Amino acid sequence: MSEAATPSRRRLLLLAPLGIAAAAGAGFYAMLRGLSTGEYNPKGVPSALIGKPVPEFDLPPLEGADRPGLASTDLRSLPRPVLVNFYASWCVPCLIEHPQLMKLAREGVPVMGVAYKDKPADALGFIRKHGNPYQRIGVDAPGRAAIDWGLYGVPETYLIDKQGIIRWRYAGPITEDTVVAELRPLLQRFA
Amino acid sequence: MIPELGHFALALALALSLAQSILGLVGAQRRDARLMAATGPLATGILIATAGAFAALVWCFVVNDTTVSNVVQNSHSAKPLLYKISGSWGSHEGSMILWVLILALCGGAVAGFGGNLPSTLQARVQAVLALIGVGFLAFILATSNPFDRVWPPKPDGEGLNPILQDPGLAFHPPLLYLGYVGFAVTFAFAVAALIEGRVDAAWGRWVRPWALAAWSFLTLGIALGSWWAYYELGWGGYWFWDPVENASLLPWLAGCALLHSAVVVEKREALKTWTVFLALLAFGLSLLGTFLVRSGVLTSVHAFANDPERGVFILILLGIYIGGAFLLFAWRAAAMTPTGVFAPLSREGALVLNNLLLCSLAAVVLIGTLYPMFADLLLKEKISVGPPFFNTATLPLAVPLVLAMAAGPLMPWKRARLWPVLQRLWWAALLGLGAFLLCLAIEGIRIGPALGFAAAAWAIAAAFADVADRIALFSRPQAAWARARGLPRAAWGGALGHAGLGVMILGLAGMGLATDKLALLKPGEHAEIGGYTYTLRGIEDVRGANFTARQAIVEVTRDGAPVVTMTPQKRNFPVARMTTSEAAIHTNWLADLYVVLGEERDGGAVLRIHHNPLAPWIWLGAAIMALGGGISLSDRRVRISAPAAKAAKAAARA
Repeated sequence: MSEAATPSRRRLLLLAPLGIAAAAGAGFYAMLRGLSTGEYNPKGVPSALIGKPVPEFDLPPLEGADRPGLASTDLRSLPRPVLVNFYASWCVPCLIEHPQLMKLAREGVPVMGVAYKDKPADALGFIRKHGNPYQRIGVDAPGRAAIDWGLYGVPETYLIDKQGIIRWRYAGPITEDTVVAELRPLLQRFA
Repeated sequence: MIPELGHFALALALALSLAQSILGLVGAQRRDARLMAATGPLATGILIATAGAFAALVWCFVVNDTTVSNVVQNSHSAKPLLYKISGSWGSHEGSMILWVLILALCGGAVAGFGGNLPSTLQARVQAVLALIGVGFLAFILATSNPFDRVWPPKPDGEGLNPILQDPGLAFHPPLLYLGYVGFAVTFAFAVAALIEGRVDAAWGRWVRPWALAAWSFLTLGIALGSWWAYYELGWGGYWFWDPVENASLLPWLAGCALLHSAVVVEKREALKTWTVFLALLAFGLSLLGTFLVRSGVLTSVHAFANDPERGVFILILLGIYIGGAFLLFAWRAAAMTPTGVFAPLSREGALVLNNLLLCSLAAVVLIGTLYPMFADLLLKEKISVGPPFFNTATLPLAVPLVLAMAAGPLMPWKRARLWPVLQRLWWAALLGLGAFLLCLAIEGIRIGPALGFAAAAWAIAAAFADVADRIALFSRPQAAWARARGLPRAAWGGALGHAGLGVMILGLAGMGLATDKLALLKPGEHAEIGGYTYTLRGIEDVRGANFTARQAIVEVTRDGAPVVTMTPQKRNFPVARMTTSEAAIHTNWLADLYVVLGEERDGGAVLRIHHNPLAPWIWLGAAIMALGGGISLSDRRVRISAPAAKAAKAAARA
């Protein structure tokens, strides 16, 4: 349909499909690479808070846990990046990810807990029974703070960098793969 | 034993395909008659081998061989036989076997029906088809072997997903694949033409039936899938602009453009480069869909269980076939010169406009589908592109498409004048305007549906005007019957296809007026919607073959007169541990009454009641379109071997 075009322009036009297909192919290849390294994840739940400071909140401590409560002021100007983990005793996946949190805490990664919509006694029972990875625990019985965080469900984990900026969010139980493929590189990057 | 035979048959098909692609290409290049003569029997051999593999897989499912891991994952002894068989193509691995089987069927059909093709073209087409087969057979054998064994055998299968046990879904994939893979044949013809460096009227005539057949099957396949979503998923919707739905729509749009532009090649020897490009594009988009669904780069309700490794394999295949074909296109297409010239206002001009609009539509759908993925990759942004974008962006393209679609068939070739065409369409326009005003008068200011009704009336009336004009129904009514019988079937098929689209638009416009209502009813209470009164009579327990259900009894009346008793169910499948919603649908063709049972509360039940005007016409329209394609396919000029003589003459001249 480009009879009027000069031969060289026509040739360029005929090359266009190849160019577009090659560009799309390169993009798809990058996606597949990203899928295996975890950088590209179509299932990842988007968060409006990535790159933003943590929302304002102030949660009371969990009675009997011997840990202070958690407030947004505790998450500003930190010596190293921290994890904020929302959990509940009634949540089975929380139990599944719990060993990973314990391991991270043993390695010295600060983990902050938020007991989400739970009776204090049950939330305490959970960490007494399975171990306490948390340096601080805030009780969010009405789930107000969770709304400000944009919580998708429990368990859910956020990575906060030293300046108190949310860098990463993971909805669902953290597995060993997640720790190796996603969390460790991020902890190193923001250390 | 049988699974191993199936596995062996796959390897045999791979070897034969490899031989076919080499012999075909070399034989055609050297013009070696003996090598080229081997392509027909080889195509038969490939077909027998793949059919053997497919039969072995079906056999494993039918006898529920639990040593085969694919059977364990996707079947169960308690399934009805039909769903055991359809389960064999329900998984990723099984569907790939179906895919290569249909490809082999296409090869066999080219060998069987293509007797009048020049032998070099025939050999090259077979070689390209076999080359595609080589890639996908290697893919199956390397990453997705459906005959993998498990040991020790499981007591029974695990695949009992009750949503998938449905006749609509059983036949949805085969029809869809007949469409997707059918475009492999037009692709092979295009590649062969690029290698030969010649596209002529005869080529257009050979390609068109394949494009038409593939397009008709794809139409049926998409419509069946949409219908299934409508009655089974219980959302009351029929099209969700889900990435995988879009992936099937893309080759449909490109194929639709292809079968129109192939007419121009056949009749006027123009638009050759463009038609070859469309043939490459239609199959390219089919393969793109395969990649998107199976690689895991997007999330969708349809996606198969997938892993990136398979994705890389498919991407490499895509690179070889699409990249290779476009490279060949850039290198060789410049040599193709159009011989037919035409004025912008002519049948050819109208078909060019049709192509531009269809391809713009495809571009919009493609961009809307891929943009979220690329935004995630490049901008690290999670966004979703939903129905508002697609509806807004496709409407301005669909309106001129329907306008032009009516006028195109009435225009003569080479040069047309607008006035005589409009003269023959004035009453269609009047009907459209009438439908527009009528809808506004009844439904108030609802521009979208009103436009839809106008477009539907216009398209259907114009298709009728086209036929009436050809058989001189009004000018010489006494001879009309004889002329109607003499009218080529391609003309009937074309008019029917256009009318079918009009019927579909009628349904879409009606669904634009759909209303729904959520009502908590106690027995004896009622809700009103769309002029019908729905009274809950009671809720009871019922038992099915492999489920128990709660069933609401809803009595529907209109102005006090009983219409129907509807029984929406909530089924619980204990073995599969799943609950499904069975919508109750009653159609009177003017509207679907659609009731879904929700949760039960305080002795009552939540009912979701939809009133869907003209809903069945959407799928009826699609079926009419496919029927039009089929009638066009049965045209004499497709079947008789006239072009062969012409091609021989052309070859003698060259």
